[in-house]
Amino acid sequence: MGQFLQHLVNTLILGGTYALLGIGLTLIFGIMRVVNFTHGELYAFGAYAVFALSMLLGANFFLALVLALLGGMALGALIEIVLLRPMRGADIDTTMLVMIGAWIIMQNLEMLTWGGVAKAVVTPFPEVPLVIGSVSVSYLRVFVLVMALVLIAATYFLINRTKLGKAMRATFQDADTAALMGVSINRIYTATFAIGSGLAAAAGALLGPVFLAFPTMGDLAALKSFAIVILGGLGSITGATIGGFILAFVEELGAGYVSSGYRDAMGFVIIILVLMFRPTGLFARAERIG
Amino acid sequence: MRRAFALVFLAFLLTLPLWLQDPYLLHILITTGIFTIAAMSLNLLLGYTGQLSLGHVAFFGIGAYVSALTTLGFDVDIGPWTFVHEPWPVMAGFVLAVLISGLCGYLIGKLSFRVRGAYFVIVTISFAEVVRLVALNWVDLTQGPLALNNIPAFALSVPGLGEHTLWGKVPNYYLVLAVAVAAYILIKRLVGSRIGRAMVALKENESLAVSVGIDVTRYLVLAAIISAALAGAAGSLYAHYVKIIDPEIFLFIYTVTMVIMVVAGGKGTLAGPVVGGLIFGTLPVLLRSYLGPEFQWIFYGLFMIFIVFVLPQGIVPAVEQRLFPSTREPPPEALATVEPAKGEPQ
Repeated sequence: MGQFLQHLVNTLILGGTYALLGIGLTLIFGIMRVVNFTHGELYAFGAYAVFALSMLLGANFFLALVLALLGGMALGALIEIVLLRPMRGADIDTTMLVMIGAWIIMQNLEMLTWGGVAKAVVTPFPEVPLVIGSVSVSYLRVFVLVMALVLIAATYFLINRTKLGKAMRATFQDADTAALMGVSINRIYTATFAIGSGLAAAAGALLGPVFLAFPTMGDLAALKSFAIVILGGLGSITGATIGGFILAFVEELGAGYVSSGYRDAMGFVIIILVLMFRPTGLFARAERIG
Repeated sequence: MRRAFALVFLAFLLTLPLWLQDPYLLHILITTGIFTIAAMSLNLLLGYTGQLSLGHVAFFGIGAYVSALTTLGFDVDIGPWTFVHEPWPVMAGFVLAVLISGLCGYLIGKLSFRVRGAYFVIVTISFAEVVRLVALNWVDLTQGPLALNNIPAFALSVPGLGEHTLWGKVPNYYLVLAVAVAAYILIKRLVGSRIGRAMVALKENESLAVSVGIDVTRYLVLAAIISAALAGAAGSLYAHYVKIIDPEIFLFIYTVTMVIMVVAGGKGTLAGPVVGGLIFGTLPVLLRSYLGPEFQWIFYGLFMIFIVFVLPQGIVPAVEQRLFPSTREPPPEALATVEPAKGEPQ
């Protein structure tokens, strides 16, 4: 029982950041119909940004987190303007190829900049874990969960309560009509991509100090985001939030009770089950079933 | 004209080992040929049905592992049972590689084509990662990161002529060439047939294809099976040529190499993957002395973006347009994207 509680706590902490990743990806897919293969690299960018700012430049850890988030947004906006804006109207496969190209470039630039050795980030939190009953959890992890929840709440607020969010929702429903109503589609797309990228960078910035920063960390993050988004339903923010926690739960149980070597395979198992029993995901808007 | 060009090119490839004695160059040509076969198989999906298989290396790697394990033998414990497999001849390994890769293509296609859109891409890329994890973690079967060593060389058994083991570069070169030509002819006949026309039809306009009675999902799954089986054949050739395989074979970057071969050469054209394969099979070798691997991949990424922006149809259609502007019929790609010119009668 104690072990199970421990898994539950781990699930919450991992799930928060997974949800951030999933929300970022599903926003971009839902509004722009772009499969964002650079998502994992923005996650890695966040982790490396925190490492560079706090370990190399000596910046305050919390300031580094904020800067990583903002840097991720700026990088996302740049990618959108340079690579995606000229491709408006192109079909989904074509933009996919461009994003794959960007993915490879970013990953190998990371490899060149940081080398293959993993980097550790030292945080201001005490090393001694917080022990409650049979469950122990480090203060850093609690902080990660709280920050993830804050960011998820902020995203919900942004989408549902602000003018920008309203324009994004309108674009999501029907880009042409939204444009006719005076919504600047280009600005919405850039904002969407920046927000999605910022969430991925934030997830990386939060998880980087928990684990380590290494150049291929983005690949697994991208695959997990895909699984979360398929589970939740492509384009559904609620689905991505819940999907993030479900994936974390399944991974924790898989690693704890089956084999830790297959932890990262659980996302695929989820994808297969979803496609077998509920192909549109848990909270999908209607997709065509063939 | 194009047929003549193809025949001259084939004659060139056939006589190549007669005057090219350098074993290193032959080695490059052999691996290039193997990856070209894989690229051709990817083109069947990406070019003709418009579905991007982003885990194509999984089928290639499964082919390599199946073929290697069949010929090496293994014994594994699954629960209370022990499976012992005695080594079989290489031909059997090749056939099993094709069959099992094709079966994987069937399962992946059957599942992911239930829904259109980005699903196939995501399922294939995740599938490749899972297969890599299995190859890495099921040490009993695959030796994990220690790799499968001493994979026997390809041996052809011809009834009445006995068995011929293909040592050396030249016989392997001809073997790869033969399989490549067979794959080319298979794909050519396939896309020229009713099946191929159905595939192109559903890529162009799926609702219309459905309305004239084409069972779209069935054809998509069929394309996935054939494509995966061909990739498995390429993987088997690879395993018996390099004689050692490890889980690195499933790296995403190999899929990217196949995709860039197809996209650069011209997706949806028969010659596209061949041209792309020759360019991107030999280019890394030329670049290697000047650039580290990271720079090579960055170059690939830039090139991929460049192609999509500048030559979206790829090299082969662009060159054909130059050379035979009048005789050429537009490739399926062009039909979908060309907009009618204003003011001109259609």
